Amino acid sequence: MKRHLLSAGDLTRDDAELILTTAAELRELADRPIKKLPALRGRTVVNLFFEDSTRTRISFEAAAKRLSADVINFAAKGSSLSKGESLKDTALTLEAMGADAVVVRHGASGAPHLLANSGWVRSSVVNAGDGTHEHPTQALLDAFTMTRHLGSLDGRRIAVVGDVLHSRVARSNALLLHTLGAEVTLVAPPTLLPVGIDTWPVETSYDLDAVIPKADAVMMLRVQRERMQGGFFPTPREYSRRYGLDARRMATLQDHTIVMHPGPMVRGMEITADVADSSRSVIVEQVTNGVAVRMAVLYLLLGGNESD
Amino acid sequence: MNYLIRNVSILGGEPTDLLLQDGVISEGAADGAEEIDGTGLVALPGLVDLHTHLREPGREDAETVETGTRAAAMGGFTAVHAMANTEPVADTAGVVEQVWRLGREAGHCDVFPVGAVTVGLQGERLAELGAMADSAARVRVFSDDGKCVSDAVLMRRALEYVKAFDGVIAQHAQEPRLTEGAQMNEGELSGKLGLTGWPAVAEEAIIARDCLLAAHVGSRLHVCHVSTAGSVEIVRDAKRKGWDVTAEACPHHLILTDELAATYDPIYKVNPPLRTAADVEALRAGLADGTIDIVATDHAPHPHEDKDCEWAAAAFGMLGLETALSIVQATMVDPGLLDWNGVAERMSYAPARIGRVAEHGRPIEVGEPANVVLYDPAARRTIDPTDSASLSRNTPYRGMELPGRVVATFLRGKPTVLDGKLV
Repeated sequence: MKRHLLSAGDLTRDDAELILTTAAELRELADRPIKKLPALRGRTVVNLFFEDSTRTRISFEAAAKRLSADVINFAAKGSSLSKGESLKDTALTLEAMGADAVVVRHGASGAPHLLANSGWVRSSVVNAGDGTHEHPTQALLDAFTMTRHLGSLDGRRIAVVGDVLHSRVARSNALLLHTLGAEVTLVAPPTLLPVGIDTWPVETSYDLDAVIPKADAVMMLRVQRERMQGGFFPTPREYSRRYGLDARRMATLQDHTIVMHPGPMVRGMEITADVADSSRSVIVEQVTNGVAVRMAVLYLLLGGNESD
Repeated sequence: MNYLIRNVSILGGEPTDLLLQDGVISEGAADGAEEIDGTGLVALPGLVDLHTHLREPGREDAETVETGTRAAAMGGFTAVHAMANTEPVADTAGVVEQVWRLGREAGHCDVFPVGAVTVGLQGERLAELGAMADSAARVRVFSDDGKCVSDAVLMRRALEYVKAFDGVIAQHAQEPRLTEGAQMNEGELSGKLGLTGWPAVAEEAIIARDCLLAAHVGSRLHVCHVSTAGSVEIVRDAKRKGWDVTAEACPHHLILTDELAATYDPIYKVNPPLRTAADVEALRAGLADGTIDIVATDHAPHPHEDKDCEWAAAAFGMLGLETALSIVQATMVDPGLLDWNGVAERMSYAPARIGRVAEHGRPIEVGEPANVVLYDPAARRTIDPTDSASLSRNTPYRGMELPGRVVATFLRGKPTVLDGKLV
């Protein structure tokens, strides 16, 4: 594996499978009374969050702590985008404190890439979501969750539905699921698919009803409030009617098909409450798996590949 | 001091002697003239840049008229047009005269201020274009560059109004609504990188509209920094119809592509953005066949901190004055698309004509002003940003090996650069 995790596209199939296998072993811990390993004792992991994301931050925090790493949470108020402290100065500060890994969430696409390649820090950089670019650990936990329910992803059909244009989750999933052999279909209104998507290793569709009966997993993406005002679709109601997952649509799924969502959900928008709370929904399990996958990533980046 | 340049190739012709005497190109006895060995050198008319950002007044941390014109001289330029997006904006006779005077004081090259089209570049009402035209700076080129005059009525009025003093509107063609938050060329890569796209249509739609407007009111239009194949096609079509439209291409759009955005290094962030290889090809072809009249640098200095940050937070723009001629050699001359006559036309004669600058862009003939650059096309140099005469360091060519080197620049017979060094 590389020293950083910046993009799901950086992972070979072997890399991805190693992470998932490691996560499966670490996942067992979650069911034990003592959930802690000494693997990263004495190492420091910094959670550098330029955007509020309590879910992702506490998931990384739990992962690092269960591996006995020291954790520093750095909630940077304002980035250079809002004329606050520059990313460079923040990075130099962290470097001076001796971070071994920096987990970074940033509103600007490419910020983790910059951090890893600028020479400002020597630590490993883990992308915890950058702008509208990528969120590789989310894709890993999604793939992990799928494999637990579906086994190998080779030839499995995965539908990813919603605001693909602005979704870092969709980008990372498209890359990783393709690497793992799955057949991905991105479903969205044409306004929410990026230009050039025909070059991605995926199928696309504007018709949710046509896609989901064949899917083995259906992943619903959140529609952010600002997009609702952005003219990408006429009204939230129309969006829900055409691209929301409700009980009627859920009834067309195969028996084994699972329903996923990276959270946080907008209930009633892209997913109805009865679907989110149904027995097909693995949304809460995704959260549990997130900790195991992030443990695996930190373990492999910091301690598990000394030979590299 | 007078100069006799021995054995120099004027515009690529047979080696000859060239005498610069009392500020003009002369012939006959060269008593007391300093001799320069011109063997292997090409003599070109002093280059004229129609699109330079000198940043003064307001952003003297990025560039001043003094440092910017040094960079110009080092690049072989004897005249530059200083864009209006300063702080305060060059939208009054007072500001353009200040910039003009600073240029005269610096003395490295002539500075012709560009006047803003609209007050404060706000795109709402016309600035006092006539006052700027009548000022000591004699402004003939007007531009809101950095921003587009997107209001169609305002653009029409501007095109009409400047006819009274033979001015030209140089349009920064960018439909603002189609480019809100835009970061890079919209295409395959922008979708993958998660950077908001700047679609070609946002440039092409404005160029098409402006060509139609210029034809309708019988005005001349100049299109800044054409960057797409579609734009070249539209300008070609307008010229075929006989409309008075001219266009420029920037050196960086002739050689760099949007693939560089994948580095997320904002040294490659520029407006309009780097486009695809197909666009680069179309620009070269358009420059070769005359559809694109000139090369203009869009030299855009920025302090280090404005480029040493996240892509989205970084400033748009790159340096260009000191590397323009080398890029044109690499992309146009060496591949056989332009000869040195063509380079003189695109980088000196035509920009001077468009800007209505009588004393620059003149042929290298007896009696003409001695604005001359001596260029060594056989030299190779690796670009080191710290070598730059500019106050800023944001060159996208760092580490690249480029052909050619400016050996000397003469402004009215007086060297501003000699032996490749500032005088």
